[in-house]
Amino acid sequence: MSAEARPPADKAKLRADHVRMVFTRDSKSTPVLEDISLDVSAGEFVCLVGPSGCGKTTLLNTMAGFLSPTSGSISIDGELVRGPDARRIFVFQERGVFPWLTVEGNIAFGLAKLSRAQREQRVAHYIKMVGLQGFEDAYPSELSGGMKQRLEVARALAVDPDMLYLDEPFGSLDSITRLTMRGELLRIWEAERKTIVLVTHDIDEAVQLADRVVVMSARPATIQRIVRVDIAHPRDISSPRYLELRDGIFEQIGLAHKI
Amino acid sequence: MNSLAEPRKWERFFWPLLASGLLLAVWYCSVVWTATKIFPSPLQVEKGIVELFHRNVLWSDIGSSLRRVAIGFGAATLVGVPLGLTLGWYPALNQVVNPVLQILRPISPIAWIPVAIIFFGIGDYAATFLIFLGSFFPIVVACVNGVSSVPSVYRRAGRNFGLRPMQLLTKVVFPAALPQIIVGLRLALGIAWLVVVAAEMVAVDSGLGYLVIDSRNSGKRYDLVVAAMLMIGVIGLALDWGFRRIEAIKSIRWGFGNAS
Repeated sequence: MSAEARPPADKAKLRADHVRMVFTRDSKSTPVLEDISLDVSAGEFVCLVGPSGCGKTTLLNTMAGFLSPTSGSISIDGELVRGPDARRIFVFQERGVFPWLTVEGNIAFGLAKLSRAQREQRVAHYIKMVGLQGFEDAYPSELSGGMKQRLEVARALAVDPDMLYLDEPFGSLDSITRLTMRGELLRIWEAERKTIVLVTHDIDEAVQLADRVVVMSARPATIQRIVRVDIAHPRDISSPRYLELRDGIFEQIGLAHKI
Repeated sequence: MNSLAEPRKWERFFWPLLASGLLLAVWYCSVVWTATKIFPSPLQVEKGIVELFHRNVLWSDIGSSLRRVAIGFGAATLVGVPLGLTLGWYPALNQVVNPVLQILRPISPIAWIPVAIIFFGIGDYAATFLIFLGSFFPIVVACVNGVSSVPSVYRRAGRNFGLRPMQLLTKVVFPAALPQIIVGLRLALGIAWLVVVAAEMVAVDSGLGYLVIDSRNSGKRYDLVVAAMLMIGVIGLALDWGFRRIEAIKSIRWGFGNAS
């Protein structure tokens, strides 16, 4: 097994420590997360993969502070996570951009504390970074799906967070846009070195992007295996090592890679 | 160029005009064939409208009606929107207040007329109070529904960017609920315009509603009755059109089906 030895404790950016999560509805309790322990180091790109409905998104929501675990704890920089925080921004799969604000208004949303000049400069910088020049005054309803997704990433980056949580960010995009967006995300990550935790059900996407791929089991989710992707960017997705890692994960999840 | 779905420019005016023309013709013929002495023909009504304009009462009556609607509807908005936002924001509070609202809501403002007269006597206050009641409930209900149907993803995004609860309400929940609130306001304004006419028939001696009832009572001037009715329709249409312009504002329009 190529399960990683944990990085030394002082280097962990995020630490999930024996996290359990049980949802109770109508006096029926459903265990969703079962004893999840995971360390993510600063600047690392980690992908969570697993069968759909396994609890990946629940784990991500717990890390972001939107849900608190039934037992166990999540800490970041040694500090217990008690709620959402502007230092760690969640990018939603259902498009969290605000439809009543323009592109500029959305990106400036988290920047109320800055002076006007600083804010304008920051907004302009991220509009350029995600390639939305010329759409400053457009409303989200006037943008394509890929543009909205880039806008949401820009809004998240604009507040200069340490961490980004991405919940199937490219799931609803067409396959060409998805490839472009992966490239852009890598470019941004290499430029800004945020710690990124990304949930996806797309194993190819995980192996293309991540430093480590965390493979989760069906519900209640446990960590089945952690795969370190030891291929430098840009990755050749037809190289034997890439295929070996990818097929290993497919096998782990129990999918023969043939149709 | 001329697809089947897109009517040509002249057609967009021609068919509605034809329909109106037919209606007027049916009206005219009915009056002629039945040889009624009471109900006016379109031509008499047209003369009636001209007469109303010349007597100068029309403008002051329109002004009175609009003033009452502005005050009653304005007060209902000022009280109803904050109340509705609060109830939507605190579901526990809403559970307490909602049954009372649901019982009061289906009562026609007309049924309140005796009560309004006890409270305020016959006069402007009673009429304005009825308009307030008529528009208050739809506004509150629209705000409660608007707030409680804001997708949780927007609230979470707002909290994620460090907003305090009050900021979350003003910067996320209110704008997210605004399209539904605007629809509620438009509905309420329509009701206010219905109620003002009824209230003016009972409680006051000015306004378009009074003009209708006064034209009948003083000499059975049905030409003036119908003329006043037409004015009521035209002004109601204009108010509704004004509100639709608000719905077309881009920061609100996203909430309506055909956004582009």
